Amino acid sequence: MIEAKNVSKRYGETLVVDGVTLRLPVGGITSIIGPNGAGKSTLLSMMSRVMPMSSGNVLVDGLDVTTTPGDTLAKRLAILRQDNHLTARLTVRELVAFGRYPHTQGRPTAQDREHVERAIEHMGLSALADRFLDEMSGGQRQRAFVAMVLCQDTDHVLLDEPLNGLDLKHAVSMMKRLRHAADTLGKSFVLVLHDLNFASCYSDHIVAMRDGKVAFQGRPEDIMRSDVLRAIYELDISVQQIDGDWIATHYR
Amino acid sequence: MKRAFAAAAVLVTLAVVSLLIGASDVSWRALFAPEPDERALQVLVISRLPRLFAVMLAGTSLGVAGLIMQMIARNRFVEPTTAGTAESASLGLLTAALLAPGLPVLGKMLVATGFALAGTALFLLVLRRIPLRSALIVPVVGLILGGIIDSATTFFAYRYDLLQTVNAWTTGDFSTVLRGRYELLWVTLGLTCAAYTAADRFTVAGMGETFTTNLGLNYPRIVALGLVIVSLVTAMVVVTVGMIPFLGLIVPNLVSMVMGDNARRSIPWVAVSGAGFVLLCDIVGRVVRHPYEIPGGTIAGVIGSVLFLYLLLKRGARVG
Repeated sequence: MIEAKNVSKRYGETLVVDGVTLRLPVGGITSIIGPNGAGKSTLLSMMSRVMPMSSGNVLVDGLDVTTTPGDTLAKRLAILRQDNHLTARLTVRELVAFGRYPHTQGRPTAQDREHVERAIEHMGLSALADRFLDEMSGGQRQRAFVAMVLCQDTDHVLLDEPLNGLDLKHAVSMMKRLRHAADTLGKSFVLVLHDLNFASCYSDHIVAMRDGKVAFQGRPEDIMRSDVLRAIYELDISVQQIDGDWIATHYR
Repeated sequence: MKRAFAAAAVLVTLAVVSLLIGASDVSWRALFAPEPDERALQVLVISRLPRLFAVMLAGTSLGVAGLIMQMIARNRFVEPTTAGTAESASLGLLTAALLAPGLPVLGKMLVATGFALAGTALFLLVLRRIPLRSALIVPVVGLILGGIIDSATTFFAYRYDLLQTVNAWTTGDFSTVLRGRYELLWVTLGLTCAAYTAADRFTVAGMGETFTTNLGLNYPRIVALGLVIVSLVTAMVVVTVGMIPFLGLIVPNLVSMVMGDNARRSIPWVAVSGAGFVLLCDIVGRVVRHPYEIPGGTIAGVIGSVLFLYLLLKRGARVG
């Protein structure tokens, strides 16, 4: 379980994350939504210890992220942020294999190689496994990075905007694969998402942030309501139930 | 495997050629005759072999140092001469020569290493302060920093009449290598092996700080390790044979284009190609004006700058 206690991030005078206390459910997909600048990515980065917090603390399965050794945490929690613009010439298989590093320290066993192949297959990259990352499309590359964090085989997987740069088809396929991984591998996913309807259709739990605070949280049907969405986004958004999913229309 | 054999064959051929050419006549026949030519044997042991080792060690270690720099700076166009490292090492040597002229070579080397460390760390700090860094800005910043440090060196060298000495450090020249005057370079082989042991960690660091932290590794520690290796290698090469420009840039880039950036796989290739490249430059320098010599470093600079421009146009377009 990931637990944030009174977590804040301050840049000079600005409070980007303002005393967030949050207990994320175990298992399934939790999505963090909210307008730009609400502090979603910052909160995710602090929860995964890749960004220091100004105050507060975060516990992952009871371990304080600021004091627990990095290699211990790396076996429990994986984070993928949106700063992988640099395209090193690694093949997909080499990249995914680095996901095993916390377990192997660079000496993979046959079992680790199996893990690698399974993660590659899970993200539908088997045919591209020996391709260099810088010779692939943005969407394929994104899938390769997700395969790497899946291969890390942690209970918690945190993804910052995993749909960024993906077209509709690949976005749907990514969400389906994540849903499948959550259901079959028993992992807990925490995603920062911009698309409300993806969050609604695929999440078990939604956390809505605004001005550095958690404004609302609950099941999709609790959040996907006009009055709640207006309070989050300051926008008139009508919500309809279509085929059992709550769909927001906010285009006019 | 085929590639490895071909590379080994090329390297061995170059090495043999390097042993047999020069102002003094050393031939197979003289060496392997029933009664070997004493003088030829002496030339071989005192001059030719040390020179061959020095060339190969410098090429290997500078190539690998360049690769490590490129990973910790996360930029393809960085190497010791485009990051202020080599210039800082020269300044360190000059400082040692002025303030403690009696210092043994090892002491001078350590002072140069300290300066190289400080200069490279300064370069990385400056990089952190540049918010939007395009791939091509990074080496430009390094060249400017190197230029500033170099101007300080030139100023003091001029004042104390040491310009010629400084020149020797900045131009890689293997003609003065003799037995007993290059052995420090063997240490770089140990450093290259150390780099290979940490290869995975450098690859991970090359993917960025978040990526590294996520895998449970300590990013600042990897960067520090890289800095120490690069600074030591640079200082040793500057002290013994002088700097070879562009080598650390061209060799890792060419290897990366074929083999990719997985350091575990590319370091052996960078090591072998680096040795081959400097060996080739040294041989060309010894042949073009035979029996006179053009320093290998100068030849490397000429070939290197052309290849560098090619890489800038080809790879710069992609990463920039």
